[in-house]
Amino acid sequence: MTTTNRSTLILQGLARRFGTRWALRGVTLSLEPGEVVGIMGHNGSGKSTLLRVISTALRPSAGEGWVFGKHLVREAVEVRRHIGFLAHSPGLYEDLTARENLIFAARMFGVEESGILPALERVGLSQGRDERVRGFSAGMQRRLALARMILGAPGLLLLDEPYNNFDPQGIELVNEVIQDARRGGGSALVVLHDRRQGERVLDRIVELNRGAVIGVSAGTPLTLVSVGGSH
Amino acid sequence: MAFSQDLRRVRAIIWKDLTTERRSKAGFNAVAFLGILILLLFGFALGPDAEALRNAAAGALWLAILFAGVLAFNRAYQLELDGGALEPLLLYPAPRWTIFAGKFAANLLFVLLVEVVIVPVAIVLFQVQSLAGWAPAAGVMVLGSIGFVALGTFYASMASRSRAREVLLPLLLFPMLVPVLLASAEASSALLAGNPMRDAGAWIKLLVAFDVIFVVASFLAFDHVIEV
Repeated sequence: MTTTNRSTLILQGLARRFGTRWALRGVTLSLEPGEVVGIMGHNGSGKSTLLRVISTALRPSAGEGWVFGKHLVREAVEVRRHIGFLAHSPGLYEDLTARENLIFAARMFGVEESGILPALERVGLSQGRDERVRGFSAGMQRRLALARMILGAPGLLLLDEPYNNFDPQGIELVNEVIQDARRGGGSALVVLHDRRQGERVLDRIVELNRGAVIGVSAGTPLTLVSVGGSH
Repeated sequence: MAFSQDLRRVRAIIWKDLTTERRSKAGFNAVAFLGILILLLFGFALGPDAEALRNAAAGALWLAILFAGVLAFNRAYQLELDGGALEPLLLYPAPRWTIFAGKFAANLLFVLLVEVVIVPVAIVLFQVQSLAGWAPAAGVMVLGSIGFVALGTFYASMASRSRAREVLLPLLLFPMLVPVLLASAEASSALLAGNPMRDAGAWIKLLVAFDVIFVVASFLAFDHVIEV
């Protein structure tokens, strides 16, 4: 594993246990600025758990990790300043409008509310900004969740199956958001099932099985370069 | 600077919770109606004896607030759980105490609004005649509500992760509420009966002490119970 003191993300032997079951087992991984890495694996392989541990939603049971040099457990609030997490569920308030959801998010992120309209425009929701989220389709809710993530100006994007519920334009939008982050020196970890959806933006793919890294693909086209070990 | 940012976050949570509640309305109506219903049931159970009704007024009122309040606390976290919004809420770069403070303040305002509706009903139903001590009695309502809401918000956050949260919350909360309930009911009873402050004074001091302990303990412990 090659890490630098500029690394966006460093994970060393990260593990997470639920009861007696190990969902993650000794994951070692690093991301450099501008790097976009895909995480693939079967259902239950630990992909979402990995993102949730990095996001600080879950504490690791063993191992350590740093995001922009901040420790995942000891400096969790600082870590959260750098992270944008797009989870399976959009996590929106259905009785608030799209704009109100972002006003709340801006205040919680501690950022200016002037970024709300550009974020809504970026995801194509400026027309429906004053409509309640309850009436939004799954794809529109996903777009709004994406706008909320952009609003926080994160340096590390954690995207859990970001292409779900999106039409081709939505998939293109997700890829553009990733590319924008990359151009700004940010990095992304993208959980996906179909590598073709994100192939255009991915630098590497890390394969997980039963919570452990079993292989890494890199290059153009992405081909298997190593099996097991540190990445 | 950081503290003012945190206060902005607290205000954001209050605004979000109350706006959502105002739009849905179902929560407030249900909680207020349940409070009134409990008062009516106490009234029926105590019978037409005016003296018995007056003596029971404060206790019945506080029990009605307590049972109705549990619904409110469950709803406060249900808002987050329904759309999977609890996790994003926890992932904002905010200290955990800001989330507790926001939820606590929103719940307190909600419970006080419910009290504005059900206290007049209790006064009429239980034939409370002496309103001389209404200002101190209102103060006791606020003090009692602070302790009650602090514990309710804390235990609701703890129960929110459980599938059996509707059952778990009262089981956790009610035993802890005994001191607040006792002090609030005794102080209210003394004031509603028109007794001078010296009868209620000791209970009010006790209530203030419980409020301080419960609010501080809840703030300190919230960080640990909300973690996954």
